[in-house]
This record gives sequence, structure tokens and C-alpha cells, in this order.
Amino acid sequence: MARRASPEVNAGSMADIAFLLLIFFLVTTTIETDSGITRKLPPIDDEEQDPPPLKERNIFIVLINANGELLVEDEEMELSELRQSAVEFLDNGGGDGNEACSYCQGAADPKSSDNPVKAVISLQNDRATEYGKYIAVQNELVAAYNQLRNRESNRLYQIDFTEMEAAYNNPDTDEKDKELLKKRIGRIKEMYPQKLSEAEPKR
Amino acid sequence: MSKFKKKNDGGTPAISTASLPDIVFMLLFFFMVVTVMRDTSLKVQNVLPFADQTEKLDKKNLVMYIYAGKPSPRYQQKYGTEARVQLNDKYANINDIQQFIREEKQSKREELRDKLTTALKVDKETNMGLVSDIKQELRKAEALKINYTTKEGDAMLNLE
Repeated sequence: MARRASPEVNAGSMADIAFLLLIFFLVTTTIETDSGITRKLPPIDDEEQDPPPLKERNIFIVLINANGELLVEDEEMELSELRQSAVEFLDNGGGDGNEACSYCQGAADPKSSDNPVKAVISLQNDRATEYGKYIAVQNELVAAYNQLRNRESNRLYQIDFTEMEAAYNNPDTDEKDKELLKKRIGRIKEMYPQKLSEAEPKR
Repeated sequence: MSKFKKKNDGGTPAISTASLPDIVFMLLFFFMVVTVMRDTSLKVQNVLPFADQTEKLDKKNLVMYIYAGKPSPRYQQKYGTEARVQLNDKYANINDIQQFIREEKQSKREELRDKLTTALKVDKETNMGLVSDIKQELRKAEALKINYTTKEGDAMLNLE
């Protein structure tokens, strides 16, 4: 029995080493924010072409001035009311015959849009508008579309549209589910296409 | 002397610090998992606006970043307070964006080039004039998918 017990290693400085590593990581890394509002820019057309004729009642004009005040359809509005008023415009469904909208639940006001497929929201801003305000308006308009899309998606498939889209974009979802999701997302997008036009800002 | 010794015996025993390394390691692993290495050092102020209708950008290698905002305080003496664009680690002009996008596209595999997204990380106090100019350049460079990077939160917070 000549076995000697090996002496215990002193672990007192382990904490110091770990702190050193911790501080290194705190300094060199950042918590990334990688979510945001996704948009598609219109491609540049070389040839001048006439824009397709649009009825005035199918256009919802949102103006943001340099002070971040909103002018919606020639009336001043608070940002908090914008979402509701955009929903009312898109979901109005005032058309008849070919342009009737079977799934709309709006007031069918003849002065507002015929059909969500035809309805266009036109967003104009000043060069001096603050970016934060612009994003707030964009966010409200996207929210209006999402609200309507969620409603239809819940009615048809009993699931939120935004949830389907998140599942579709998630790389962990299987290919089979993706096929189905793609079809459903396409269907909803056809019902409420996101037609958000942005004009070049005025000086 | 014996008086003092008696007192010490009755006092609270020292707290064992044997588990301190474990706690610190736990923190370390937490930070290693939730953060990523910084690849560019920001030279502009970058307080992002809030939004709640956001989509997540998943494939990080298919994202090009364009930063814009006022120069950071330590650069303000040299560059002034006019909002600027930052590409990679340098301040850039609006006209450099097209070249930057072309280079980024060139560095990706051919089949992935259409899937590139441009993330605009713009300070919330920037004027829209600059942002519109950037968007115009992106249209010219045919980088049409964009994402306005925002912080998660109620959009009404932007108005304050």
C-alpha cells in the first residue's frame, strides 16, 4: 500500500480564468437584431410607360410631412388611428358584378375601395421626415394587411397567417409541410395582395 | 489573546466560493450562445426604430448590411453631424453603394445571388432623404429585397 494520494489541484483561480473569458466575450460580441420589416423595391423600368388607370376611390393616400404629421385621404390623422382606417379601406368591398368581394366584411361604402385586390395604398413622405416616423407608419400599414390576412387565414385554415409565414421561413420545417404552407400563403396573399406604392419624396 | 479566539469561533463561517467558477461558466456559455462576433465596428449612431410586424432574417450569410446615421460622437469633430452611410468598416458615399452590392453579389455562389437581402440599419433620427437615396441606389443595383431592421416593440414608441 505505497499508493500516495495525488494532491488536489487548487481550483481557486478557476473563477478568475472564467471571468477573463466572460469579459472577452462580452466585449467582442453583440446581440444581433436581425428582424425587421421586409419590403420589395420596384425594379427600374427604362422605358417610360403609362401607369395603369386606377380609380381614385381605390387609392388610399398617406402623406407624412417633415414634422411627422399624417395626412390620410386629405384629413389629418393620428398614427394610432391609421391601422383601423387602412383596414376599413382595404376591406371595404364596395364593388359589384365582376369586382365584388365575397369575403370582405367592410361597410361597402361606394366612396371607398372596390375590392382588396384593386386597393392600393400610396405612401408619400418628405425628405426631412424622420426615419423612425416613417417606419412607424410602414409598421401600421403592414399591420393592417396582417390583420386582414390573419382573419381570412383563421377562417379558412384555423391558423394565423403570420404564424404560417414564420413556419414557412423556418429552415427546420419539412419540405412536405412547406409545399402546403406555400399554397395556403399564396391563396391568402391573392385575397389581400400587399399593394403599397411609395412615391419619390418631394423636396 | 484567548479572548479574541473565542469571538472568532462564534462568528459566521466564510462562504465557500467553490461554486463561483460554475456560476461564471454558466454566464459565459449564455453569452457565447446568444451573441455573435462583431464583424464591423459601427462608426455611426445606430438607434434602431421599433416595429412589431417584423419578419426574421434567417440565413445570415445572405444578408448585406448598410448602416446609416449621424457619425458617432468620437468621429463628429472630423466628419460633422450630417448623417452618413457606412459600408463594411468605412464611411461611404451614396454612389459607392452600387459597387458594394456588386462586390457582395460577386462573393456569393451564383444560385444564391437572387436570394440576397439588404438589411438597412438606419438610425431613427435620420432624414428620409438619405434613406430614399439609398433605396434608389439599391434599385439601380438590382438589389430589390430589403429589410428595415428594427427593434421589437410598439411602433408608437417611435413618436416620442
